[in-house]
Amino acid sequence: MTDHEITLTVNGTDHELSVEPRTLLVHALRDELGYTGTNVGCETTTCGACTVHMDGEAVKSCTVLAVQADGERIETVEGLESGDDYHPIQEGFREEHGLQCGYCTPGMMMTATDLLRENPDPSREEIREGLEGNLCRCTGYQNIVNAVENAAAELDEPVADGGEVRWPGGEGE
Amino acid sequence: MPVETVEAEDVRAGEFAGSAVKRREDPHLLTGEARYTDDVQYPRMAHLALLGSQYGHAEIGAIDTSAAEESEGVLAVYTHEDLTESGIDGTMPAADPENGVAVERPLLARERVRYQGQPVAAVVAEGRYDAFRALDLIEVEYDRLEAAPELEDALAEGAPRLHDAAEGNVCFESETGDEEATEEAFSDADHTVALTVANNRVIPTAMEPRAAVARYRKSEDALIVELSSQNPHSVQDRLSDVLDVPEHRVTVRVPDVGGGFGAKLQPYSGHLLSAWCAMALERPIKWQARRTDDFQSMVHARHQETEIEAALSAEGDLLGLRGHIDADLGGYATGGGVGIPQGTAAMLCGQYDVPAGHVSVRGVFTNTAPISAYRGAGRPEAAYVIERLGSACARELEIDPAEFRRRNFIPSKEFPVETALGRSYDSGDYEKTLDRALEIVGYDGFRQRQEAAREEEKYLGIGFSSYVEVCGGSSGDMEGGLVRMNPEGGVVVGTGTQDTGQGHATSFAQVVADELGVDYDAVEVIEGDTDRVPEGGGTAGSRSLPMGGGALREAAGRLVEKGRTIAAHQLEASEADIEFDDGEFRVRGVPDRTVTIEAVAEAAYSPGDLPEGVDAGMEETAFFTPEGSTAPFGTHVAIVEVDPDTGELGFERYVAVDDVGTQINPKLVEGQIKGGIAQGIGQAVYEEGRYDENANLATGSLQDYAMPKSWQLPEVDWESTETPSPNNPLGAKGVGEAGTIAAMPAVVNAAIDALSPFGVDDLDAPLSEETLWRAARGETR
Repeated sequence: MTDHEITLTVNGTDHELSVEPRTLLVHALRDELGYTGTNVGCETTTCGACTVHMDGEAVKSCTVLAVQADGERIETVEGLESGDDYHPIQEGFREEHGLQCGYCTPGMMMTATDLLRENPDPSREEIREGLEGNLCRCTGYQNIVNAVENAAAELDEPVADGGEVRWPGGEGE
Repeated sequence: MPVETVEAEDVRAGEFAGSAVKRREDPHLLTGEARYTDDVQYPRMAHLALLGSQYGHAEIGAIDTSAAEESEGVLAVYTHEDLTESGIDGTMPAADPENGVAVERPLLARERVRYQGQPVAAVVAEGRYDAFRALDLIEVEYDRLEAAPELEDALAEGAPRLHDAAEGNVCFESETGDEEATEEAFSDADHTVALTVANNRVIPTAMEPRAAVARYRKSEDALIVELSSQNPHSVQDRLSDVLDVPEHRVTVRVPDVGGGFGAKLQPYSGHLLSAWCAMALERPIKWQARRTDDFQSMVHARHQETEIEAALSAEGDLLGLRGHIDADLGGYATGGGVGIPQGTAAMLCGQYDVPAGHVSVRGVFTNTAPISAYRGAGRPEAAYVIERLGSACARELEIDPAEFRRRNFIPSKEFPVETALGRSYDSGDYEKTLDRALEIVGYDGFRQRQEAAREEEKYLGIGFSSYVEVCGGSSGDMEGGLVRMNPEGGVVVGTGTQDTGQGHATSFAQVVADELGVDYDAVEVIEGDTDRVPEGGGTAGSRSLPMGGGALREAAGRLVEKGRTIAAHQLEASEADIEFDDGEFRVRGVPDRTVTIEAVAEAAYSPGDLPEGVDAGMEETAFFTPEGSTAPFGTHVAIVEVDPDTGELGFERYVAVDDVGTQINPKLVEGQIKGGIAQGIGQAVYEEGRYDENANLATGSLQDYAMPKSWQLPEVDWESTETPSPNNPLGAKGVGEAGTIAAMPAVVNAAIDALSPFGVDDLDAPLSEETLWRAARGETR
């Protein structure tokens, strides 16, 4: 099989790597580059455990080929913290006991940050609808909704103060 | 009422237990530092993949592996013959039921396959994609046989026989209770109410599929297996047994586990074969199952069909219960498959004072994935049956369903009790949880509101579930707990229970910090390493806190006693005069003569500083056995609306009041209950594992199997009461399963109530739109 040379910018770091045409983005991230924070829960784009941001938008990395992501900017759970500070979504999950086994959590948080960028002040129903592509077997979702609400409130404050909202990848909006 | 979390540093010393401390597990799970089994990598690691049977019932002829062997990156392809040629018998120990037959469970199919997806051959290759690609190149000759995917197929006259030893496909028969007394109760009864209740097949579906990484050090004949599991010691035992490696040379480590729910209690073929392949090839081997592999060949759960009948007095007192359970075992009997339905039979009295009962059980082989433990394991099945029956009795006798329950509750002053079907309940106050639930849900005004809504063609229904479970270990169970205080005062504790998301490290640290009077952050908790923790029984049956917590509390208590002896020596006082409080030993009545437990620990490692006859070291291991099991309980109430025109079911309200004994961390208790409810509602409304008539699994992916999504579940109003268990030192009853046990009958009873104006008095779960739409048109069954 002919390998392809591709470039991925993961959490701000440029990586050059050689992948097979069949290699999925999630396996390139995990097995080739060591970003094992992103998990794999199915192979049918249903569970959302593998959600990352590609060029600023949430995608399920089990259904993107690594070669399709050539040249793209990828953000994973490892990029949520800035320095030693948790991202508000991480803080929210911790505060509200929004995780148990933690397997769905990275994908859930990447979807949630995308949701909050599009809708900074979602209702509980909007949060539930926005997370429908991410399955959780442990929590029953209620504390996850609380966590996203908690993060939304936190993210709202710096804007009111004229500060910058932090998004994965460090871009302000 | 939502429980607010607190930072451990804001909790006063000695008050950690009972506080909603934020989880110490979270930081690594929130930052991508988590280490699940698939995150483990070693140099020269190769990948194992398994070929599952294409058919649900077939004889296997020749297996041609030549093309697969030639495929890129492939190191080896194995079938059952390769296993036996290596000198092992290639089977897992058979479940051997009393009053039944034992059938062997091959690691790779031999001669015949009995469910779709049963492992037939194994490929080991350099890369995971290489292994999957080679699977497609294995040619298996199948001679298909008539299949029996449903209980009625397997029990029919002339049904295909799955196992030669099991005539009529019956694996075992058992009974519990007193048949004669029960028949007498029925002959004295003013009313009888009978019901046929089906517990639908569900598929556990933890988010992390099964996985293992195995290494073999030939020079030491030592096996090290890291895997996603709930029970490291039983995996160690099974590896030793199946692969013929002495147990003391088998190390099992469990990294982070992405959910278990009972289905990760037993090691599967893939786990055991990764170890066998590591030995055969002398390379590290990883097996990471795909979701479809898990759907097809991981255990399924619940499927039982039950006939149940109540004998009642004219006033509505329960006089007797009788019934029969046909339990689906799947293609092979697991220990759980055999034990669970017998547990169901024993739990059928529920919260009620039933003077006489008798229930028989028949375990039946079908051409489906083996059935075993899933959150609740036998108790949700029982709660569903008795709580459906309770509501049916109330309807039949025209008694309010809450009143019917209250009237028949075991009175709180009666505990401990043994039921007519042979289960002991340690403590309980059933009226208290019912009353609180009724209050929160506003039951007083509900019937009027329901009536008014019906006039506007809105169909609301209310459903009750007053449940009890028996869990938390037993007097025949033991758990090890190790507590070690280092010379500098740090504490390391270890137990054989296994976290799969519950927050054990947080809870155990709370318990031990209080017992030793040390800081919460000074306590490190170890699980999931058979080299580092004492022998134990893993996490199942909500036993971790009662058993593991009990063992740690006992070991910590012994450490304090040893510390007292040393402190008496240091303080030159009699041991009887030494008090221990808040991490300090004090001479009674002399407030300034004190020594901290940390200073005592330091002295414990300096033999010259110790009194005569005291061994050095500050470490204790306790093997804890409780007085008996625990019995959590509570009442859940669901209010649903059903649209008869579309069959849609919506949740208006879900109220849960649970009593799981003394709570160590109320936030984690709340999380367990709410998560458990989600799984119960899943079975009630959405989930069903289905096979077609040829025994093909029709629900073999997350696109076909309806695991609940975020918008499909209600907001739960949760409260609790605390009735301590007298059977363990913490008073904790265990909380992992309660929510799941409670939820299903509350929801199904609510849907029946909603559709009662259409004459509906019975529904089968899952309550799909089609089911409800048909029911509203009189097509219940």
